[in-house]
Amino acid sequence: MEEGCMINSHFLGISLFMRCLRMLVRILVLLYLAGAPALAQTLCQPNASNGYKVRISIKTALGNQAYEWNENEMFLFRATMAFAMRRYYKTETYNVDNIIMCNQTLRVSFWFVVTSPENSTMLIPNADVEKAVSMSRHRINNAFLLTDRTLEFLGIHPTLAAPVNPDTPPWLIVFGVVIGAVFAGIIALLVSSLLQKRRKEKGMMEDGQDEEDRQMKGVENDNVLDGIYNRGFTDDDRFTKL
Amino acid sequence: MSIYLLIEDSYHQVKRWHHRYQWVKACQPATMRFPKLPNPGLDDRIPSHQELERMEKEEAGDRPKWDNKTQYMLTCVGFCVGLGNVWRFPYLCQSHGGGAFMIPFLILLVLEGIPLLHLEFAIGQRLRSGSVGVWTAINPYLTGVGIASLFVSFLVGMYYNTIIAWVMWYFFNSFQNPLPWSQCPVNANLTGLVSECARSSPVDYFWYRDTLNTSTSIGDSGGLQWWMVLCLLCAWLLLYVCCLRGIETTGKAVYVTSTLPYVVLTIFLIRGLTLKGSLDGIKFLFTPDLNELMNPSTWLDAGAQVFYSFSLAFGGLISFSSYNSVHNNCEQDAVIISFINGFTSVYAATVIYSIIGFRATERFDDCLEGNILALLNTFNLPEGNITEGNYAESLQNLNGTFPEIIQSLDLKTCDLQTFLSQGVEGTGLAFIVFTEAITKMPVSPLWSILFFIMLFCLGLSTMFGSIEGTVVPLQDLNIFPKRWPKEAITGIVCLVSFIIALIFAQSSGNYWLALFDSFAGSIPLLVIAFCEMIAVVYIYGIDRFNKDIEFMIGHKPNLFWQVTWRFVSPLIVLVIFVFYFVTKVSSNVTYIAWNPSSEDFPTLEVLEYPAWIYVIIFILAGVPSLVVPGTALFKLVQRRCSDKNVYGAEVDTVSAKVQMYTTEMS
Repeated sequence: MEEGCMINSHFLGISLFMRCLRMLVRILVLLYLAGAPALAQTLCQPNASNGYKVRISIKTALGNQAYEWNENEMFLFRATMAFAMRRYYKTETYNVDNIIMCNQTLRVSFWFVVTSPENSTMLIPNADVEKAVSMSRHRINNAFLLTDRTLEFLGIHPTLAAPVNPDTPPWLIVFGVVIGAVFAGIIALLVSSLLQKRRKEKGMMEDGQDEEDRQMKGVENDNVLDGIYNRGFTDDDRFTKL
Repeated sequence: MSIYLLIEDSYHQVKRWHHRYQWVKACQPATMRFPKLPNPGLDDRIPSHQELERMEKEEAGDRPKWDNKTQYMLTCVGFCVGLGNVWRFPYLCQSHGGGAFMIPFLILLVLEGIPLLHLEFAIGQRLRSGSVGVWTAINPYLTGVGIASLFVSFLVGMYYNTIIAWVMWYFFNSFQNPLPWSQCPVNANLTGLVSECARSSPVDYFWYRDTLNTSTSIGDSGGLQWWMVLCLLCAWLLLYVCCLRGIETTGKAVYVTSTLPYVVLTIFLIRGLTLKGSLDGIKFLFTPDLNELMNPSTWLDAGAQVFYSFSLAFGGLISFSSYNSVHNNCEQDAVIISFINGFTSVYAATVIYSIIGFRATERFDDCLEGNILALLNTFNLPEGNITEGNYAESLQNLNGTFPEIIQSLDLKTCDLQTFLSQGVEGTGLAFIVFTEAITKMPVSPLWSILFFIMLFCLGLSTMFGSIEGTVVPLQDLNIFPKRWPKEAITGIVCLVSFIIALIFAQSSGNYWLALFDSFAGSIPLLVIAFCEMIAVVYIYGIDRFNKDIEFMIGHKPNLFWQVTWRFVSPLIVLVIFVFYFVTKVSSNVTYIAWNPSSEDFPTLEVLEYPAWIYVIIFILAGVPSLVVPGTALFKLVQRRCSDKNVYGAEVDTVSAKVQMYTTEMS
């Protein structure tokens, strides 16, 4: 009889232990299920060291054609961020679940953090997120029909376009054209002045030569009658009666 | 000499008695002799009426002539209408009570501008010579007035053409989209905008850094800026090609340079009126504040503006008028040109302020938008919650509930009137305010090109008069040998001016230009104008002048001209001169400088001129003014010296010669 009691108490101990273990596991599972989002919540906090605030101004960008910001848009945002992370790390491990958002306001602004696909409690540091966003900024903007100004990642400065330096500055080209025209004008006017002056001088010289020739003709050839009639030699006495 | 004076004196006395008798009978004030100073030998120095008629018929070939009346009118209009009509008058109008400023402006236009203009036209047409020739003919001791005009034309021409070089630089840079002054350049490591630009504005940066590369004070010369030297070269070469043969070439050029500004102004008016806020600007400009009429500085500024706007005392107008035919109606010309000038000032002011109204409204909208965005972001309110309409009350509500946060935001006060009254004048208006307004218009490069072509034409047509006022006196004074062609003299003038104007191509060039503008183009002109009126009325003789005008245009000038020429206009010019002189001398002479490391940057720093600048100021303002009495003194000394030499020498008369001949023969 005493042996049966001992075996019974042994079995009782083991079943108690198993019951305790099951309860523990149940509690742990419950805790885990309840605490997972809470854990995620603690990961994403406003002013978190590894998160970024995003501010979206749809009405400013699109005016009448503005769309409404709802859960679907949030989903698109998470998908776009996952895409940016994939592109940066060149892996295919990132998923929508890795992007956690919180603190959404009516402004439309919210905070987000990125968790590592291997360890969901580990956050990707700020610097890497910034580089990923900068790399795919253009694609992110276009997904939402927004610009750098209307889809702001506070803390990530939009990369400034590198200045386009043409080989010759455009103003030099216009300057060249104008000064070429001016030089041409000056030369044309000066040359025409010179030609005019030379023509005038030649004309005067020729006139002078003509006169001389005529006079010479008159003196040399007494018989030639196309000299200038010189009134000084006429006999006026016939006409003046004193 | 004294016997001659006695004879002339008694002759005048007899005439006086005769006229007094006639006056008693007829009671006509015009026949009373107006007192004048003795002026012997006047008839020998000027062509008589008969000679003028003869010259008119024979068309003595040497002197250039206008191809037609239109060329003459366009040249005069171009000379009078200049950059001052666009960027000085609107500022004065707006700062002296808007529409009320028109009253002193129009009154002084009629009492001061028109009589002086008529006087210069008539004397040029009558005596058929440039400024030196005219004043020397009236009396050799007055040559100084002509020489002073020469100096002033030369100095003003130098700095005016530099402004044209700046306009050309902006014109060359307008052929790109986006315009270079619409955005700040990126700094060296592409992390942000250049600090100097980010703290001020893209237009300020482009003007002070890219264009002028300005230094921090006038003493710091900073070397020549090669791009400015190129633009200056281009400006002087272009001027040379237009003035090469005197009015032969300028007469053709003015068909474009005098008419294009009006076309562009009209285009800008139409464009401006379609922009938001332009009517606010025009309303602001013309809203009358009659209290300003009590302020003497309003009248002074109006008088000075009328005087400088007419480009009087440069000698250019006298020259242009001397190429006319003798019977040209100069009275009508003077009235027409005066009214065109006044009308252009008002028209340009309307256009400018419609664009300034647009710019002020844009700035106001930007300011308000910035504030609204700050509020939305801080309080995370949805977009569209706060608009321009409910901004004031929303701000009040928020201030009531969260005053500390509102304080920390440091919101700017946005007031449209403040933005409108940020009216600027001078180069600031053209190169900063207007260029900013242009960047906000669609198709900016087109408007920029049009605007700078307009400024270029306005400036170039004024330069024609300046060059005329420099070259013709040089020819009259026989500084260069007579056989040198006009092309060479014009070329030398342009070359020398270009070399000296390289001062303005330095880093400190802007400060030098402001110095020239304040001193070379202000006091000497007033002195010359006053001397001109005294010379014509009292030395040439207003009665003789009246007869000349009667000979030229067919009727005597009426009572209005008599009163203004004899008393009103000289008095106005004297008053303006005295006030100008007193204010300039009594006030501390300062200038404003662009200094990125100053505390109030981007506000311009007020600096005092260094001591050696006063020498330059004396050269600019004092030398031309003192040349007038100086030359008179020089001529007096010259005559005394030559008298002493002749004193006791052989008497060279006909009788003496005949005697010698007969003695020889016998």
